[in-house]
Amino acid sequence: MRTLLKALISHWRQKPFQLLTLVIGLAVATALWSGVQALNAEARASYDQAASVLGGDGLTRLGAEGRDVALEDYVMLRLSGWKVSPVIEGRLRGPRGSLRIIGIDPITLPVEADMLRLPAGSEDIGAFLSPEGRVFLHPTTVDRLPETFPQHRIDDSLPPGVAIMDISLAERLLEADAVSYLIFAPDQRQDLTPVEVLTDGRVGKLAQETQGDLARLTDSFHLNLTAFGFLSFVVGLFIVHSTIGLAFEQRRAMFRTLRACGTSSRMLVAGLVMELSLIVSISAVAGMVMGYVIAATLLPDVALSLRGLYGAEISGELSLRPSWWALGLGMSFAGALVASVQSLWRAANLPVLAPALPEAWHAAQQASLRRQSALASGLLIGAGLLLIFGSGLAASFAVMGGVLMGAALMLPVVLNKVLSLAASRARAPLARWFWADGRQQLRGLSLALMALLLALSVNIGVGTMVDSFRKTFLGWLDQRLAAELYVTASDDAQGADIARWLTADERVDAILPIWGEDLAYQGWPFTLYGVVDHPTYADNWPILEGLTTPWEKIAGGDHILVSEQLARRFELTTGDTLSLPVPNGAVPLIVAGVYPDYGNPVGAAIVSQARLLRHFPDVAKQRFGLRMAPEDVAGLQAELTQQFALSDSQTIDQAGIKGFSRQVFEKTFAVTIALNALTLTVAGIALLTSLLTLATMRLPQLAPLWAMGITRATLGRIELIRALMLAFLTAILALPLGLAVAWILMQVINVEAFGWKLPIFLFPGQWIALLAMALGTAALAALWPVIKLRRTPAGRLLRIFADER
Amino acid sequence: MLKARAVTKSFETGGRRITVLDGIDFDLAAGESAALTGESGSGKSTFLHLIAGLDGFDGGEISVNGKDLSRMDDTMRSRLRRETLGVVFQQFNLIPSLSVADNLGFQARIAGHYDEDWGRDLLIRLGLAEMADRFPEQLSGGQQQRVAIGRALATRPALLLADEPTGNLDEATGDTVMDLLLGLVAETGTSVLMVTHSQRLAAKLDRVVTLKGGKIL
Amino acid sequence: MNVRALLCILCLAGLPVLGQSFAGLGDNGDGYAQVTADSPLVFPADHGAHPDFRIEWWYVTANLETEDGTQMGLQWTLFRQAGQPNDTGTGWQSRQIWMGHAGLTTPNRHFVGEIFARGGIGQAGVRIAPFEAWIDDWRMAGPDFDDLLLSANGPGFSYDVKLSAYGPLIRHGQDGFAVKSETGQASYYYSQPHYSLSGSVTIDGKPQQVTGTAWLDREWSSQQLSGDQTGWDWFSLHLDSGEKVMLARIRSLKEPHFSAGTWIENGQATQIANGAIVFSPLETSDVGGRDIPTSWRLKLPERGLDVEVRALNPQSFMTTLFPYWEGPVSISGSHTGVGYLEMTGYE
Repeated sequence: MRTLLKALISHWRQKPFQLLTLVIGLAVATALWSGVQALNAEARASYDQAASVLGGDGLTRLGAEGRDVALEDYVMLRLSGWKVSPVIEGRLRGPRGSLRIIGIDPITLPVEADMLRLPAGSEDIGAFLSPEGRVFLHPTTVDRLPETFPQHRIDDSLPPGVAIMDISLAERLLEADAVSYLIFAPDQRQDLTPVEVLTDGRVGKLAQETQGDLARLTDSFHLNLTAFGFLSFVVGLFIVHSTIGLAFEQRRAMFRTLRACGTSSRMLVAGLVMELSLIVSISAVAGMVMGYVIAATLLPDVALSLRGLYGAEISGELSLRPSWWALGLGMSFAGALVASVQSLWRAANLPVLAPALPEAWHAAQQASLRRQSALASGLLIGAGLLLIFGSGLAASFAVMGGVLMGAALMLPVVLNKVLSLAASRARAPLARWFWADGRQQLRGLSLALMALLLALSVNIGVGTMVDSFRKTFLGWLDQRLAAELYVTASDDAQGADIARWLTADERVDAILPIWGEDLAYQGWPFTLYGVVDHPTYADNWPILEGLTTPWEKIAGGDHILVSEQLARRFELTTGDTLSLPVPNGAVPLIVAGVYPDYGNPVGAAIVSQARLLRHFPDVAKQRFGLRMAPEDVAGLQAELTQQFALSDSQTIDQAGIKGFSRQVFEKTFAVTIALNALTLTVAGIALLTSLLTLATMRLPQLAPLWAMGITRATLGRIELIRALMLAFLTAILALPLGLAVAWILMQVINVEAFGWKLPIFLFPGQWIALLAMALGTAALAALWPVIKLRRTPAGRLLRIFADER
Repeated sequence: MLKARAVTKSFETGGRRITVLDGIDFDLAAGESAALTGESGSGKSTFLHLIAGLDGFDGGEISVNGKDLSRMDDTMRSRLRRETLGVVFQQFNLIPSLSVADNLGFQARIAGHYDEDWGRDLLIRLGLAEMADRFPEQLSGGQQQRVAIGRALATRPALLLADEPTGNLDEATGDTVMDLLLGLVAETGTSVLMVTHSQRLAAKLDRVVTLKGGKIL
Repeated sequence: MNVRALLCILCLAGLPVLGQSFAGLGDNGDGYAQVTADSPLVFPADHGAHPDFRIEWWYVTANLETEDGTQMGLQWTLFRQAGQPNDTGTGWQSRQIWMGHAGLTTPNRHFVGEIFARGGIGQAGVRIAPFEAWIDDWRMAGPDFDDLLLSANGPGFSYDVKLSAYGPLIRHGQDGFAVKSETGQASYYYSQPHYSLSGSVTIDGKPQQVTGTAWLDREWSSQQLSGDQTGWDWFSLHLDSGEKVMLARIRSLKEPHFSAGTWIENGQATQIANGAIVFSPLETSDVGGRDIPTSWRLKLPERGLDVEVRALNPQSFMTTLFPYWEGPVSISGSHTGVGYLEMTGYE
């Protein structure tokens, strides 16, 4: 066996580049896959932490939808024997970001609600309950703390953005006068009067949705990452497949000799598997390291994306998990095995004395095309049916998968048709050969071309989505941010002072209060804003659908405008009646329209200021938008800051806030764009290795043409043009597929995942760039084999005529 | 027709230089046929390749139809090959992606003087008319070699070079193919130089030349 | 939040009386109200809570008998602990923490219940008139201290009994000023040992009628044990001859241990001096990995008392956050009767 292995491995010593290709292929496949997995694992771990603290511990929460629980009700439940524990929760908005305050009562907290792990015996424990209090938070959350804040301790096991503290401290910080909700212990006495009866229905079981939604909500994002990772993995395996195929072709003679020398086919295959395992081990480890680097590089952006899109907090640090290593290496081995199965099969069944008949490519190709065509049709029909009858995010992604795989399988079928049509039309013999030989090459290239098709169409799809989103978002931002200057007062009293001061200033045309109350509608959080009657809104605020004069209706008091997210979630349309939860009941309001609210993870709605103040007189009155001449903004901003001792972050001009929003937006899609580019790179490598493999295998097919008097230069040119032609055809076919992908992403998946629909814009410039890129990739990939062909010494070509292949 | 003078050719193998052809003088008149025989490694195939312009030589001169090969670059030699020569190999070396008819007419077409009638005539004479639309993989060895012969003759070459054309065929098929070939060249007045190790086949040609140790005996 | 770890520390810090010495704490009660000999007890005011003192409890133990003659015991305890001196916070800002323990002991089973509550919000507390002490749904309430309804529950058990006093309150030590160590640590300590009891206990859902006799202890202080004291053995005895006896031994790292006691006869309390009682463990039982003496010989020569005290159920262990042994006992020897034994600080 040792001799056998030595003989087998000697091949790689002669062809170090081929070995490199194989290692790169496997490493790249492993890298992107494992990188994405590392990102997902990190995010999921963060969600789990968040979930266990924020309600994913499986314990029931009791409360009143949209309202707090009165302290008296809590105490009454306890005195009646119910084991419930109070939580005061809320957001503290500081200049450096919002902080989620969770105040717990450790005295009554059920053991099962493992919200905070404190080392036994630490002085923190006493400090937690002390009047001064002690706050526990994740390291990345420290810089969001307000300037004066109780002492804090770092705890890695907590979700970012959250501050855990004693309920007494939370009560003071949030100025709460009631309990947000109650945690219901799992063990309760059986003979108690029901909670609903005791509280006259004021307190009941809360839907877990608001809490445990995070993982489901972000599923789409992770599915997206996984899809990219898997796509890259598959494309990487194409490389492995073609390289192993090449190595097999080149060692055919060696295998025959080995067999002739008495190596059994079983031994030969075992030797090949061992050799492969050796290479895979090295490549997989290299790939895992690369994957870690990719993940570590992308993690901050992923964290930002998730926070921006869903308000999900994940930590910015990557930890290495043994399961990740195991899974990554396992995938690598399994993938390599799948990619080499064909070659191993052929090695096992290698006839020692092969008849020198031409490969029966024609019949084989017809059969495999028929199979692929049937499979592709099945997939496409399935995707179509799912699109019509399916619902939910998983179904949307299944539609996407079906369309992509179906189209990829259909590619060789379509290309074959196109090429045979062209061949039958061609008169000139070389042209005829050009097309006909293209058909033959399809067999070897179809995998690489499929990879290219997938990479290109996903690129077009994602590119169209990102750019459509950018265009929509920026346009929306321009309209939405109509005020020239935004001011945030430190408290309500200062807010009133500022308003008074501004009213007296003649530079200010209008003061538009931005006051909002955080509420919940059927358990889903949303912010209710109250606006004054001012033409700014009618002139600027974008509306998706609505009554003819929605803002007048709003001013009337009995109408409400809802955000697209809120509308889609609860299937609200213009004219519907929404039952607005207010203290001590609900108020029916007519939906005057639906407005886009891109990027907001929670819902929003607008009523008149009068209506807001009637129900929520204590709403924070700190934020204002100012309408004024743009040239006065800088001066007024400076005066305001001076007059009221405001910090820099308390006044922000329109340009500033737009810049910030744009930056968040770009970061949000940075990961998608990066993965997109990486996938295209991998597809390029796949094409290169496939062409290299083919080039070696094609010598016998080119030699007779050369013998008939076609120069190597001409042959090289034809080969190059053919590669370009195939890439071009693939790219052309990728266009409609890419638009289909874009459509599914924006009209199906987006709605399921984010709750808003995007208008599709077409960007032909982008397609041309991608087409050029595809051709460039193909040219680059084909050039090498062509140069190699031109440099092939005559002797090697001649040997083809004499050697028994 | 064909004139070779003092042709030498050597190869470098493993750092050692091996002289394969060592001053060959050879002439072939128009319409004449000759068999080139010799043991394995005697240089007979190499000599054929040099005449076909498939490889360069170290010394001496070769001229085909009065054209001096030693003064030609690859492009010119390719042109000569495509227009003046027909080559038949032991491996039939058909183009798998093209049909029988396309294979047969291929060289003549790229040389720019394909004669439809002659092509059809060849298909019939070679017994390939029924299978004109088939692909090489669907043909037997003898049928494939007949396509290769047809391809070489479709250009009406001045000189047909054949390298063990029946080496891959059984004796009966080989004889049939050989008779077809000889009948056709006789009809068209094509000169033939054929490498073979079979004395029986060699005897069918006008003249037999034997190579040994890079020299003509 | 690891509630157990948290409260464990709290209890260690705040409840040294439960027998665990805790360095630096318990020795003195800086900032808390102090126990002095010259402030007599006032009723009914002193039945209520004393939030200025660090620690306080309302502690009922009772010996029961079912209709078929089975002996049982029950315990009902409400602890209060102040988290800081001069606690003036109300609502969530209060730093008072309450803890309830309930036990029910039969000859072969022992049930335990435990509840924690914050002060300030009404989840637990004590009202003077009409008297009520409560934590969650456990209660000791009545028109007054002589007539109380007592209820509690826990996994597998509950009880609901009526206590009726047939004798006066008893002040321990000097008019309720009870010294606990040679160095003068003391508490306010009074009892009502004269309760007759009737009511029902429910085990595994099956109610049974019981009658018996109960003993209520009230104690509060800000400093309890001295630094080297490790735990105590406390006996309350209902002698068939009508006397009630409280005997306690506070164990130290260095002997002799400090002892105290009260002899109650016809409603009159007589203090028993340090060293007058001889405590001799007769046999120990393995209770949750600890060796705990569950059978004792007690000798008080000045009263002619020489008895053997034996646990009804040696496994009467309170597996609460902070564990201790508490259970009914039977008395034989020079006197007969029933009683309760509490032992803390055995490792």
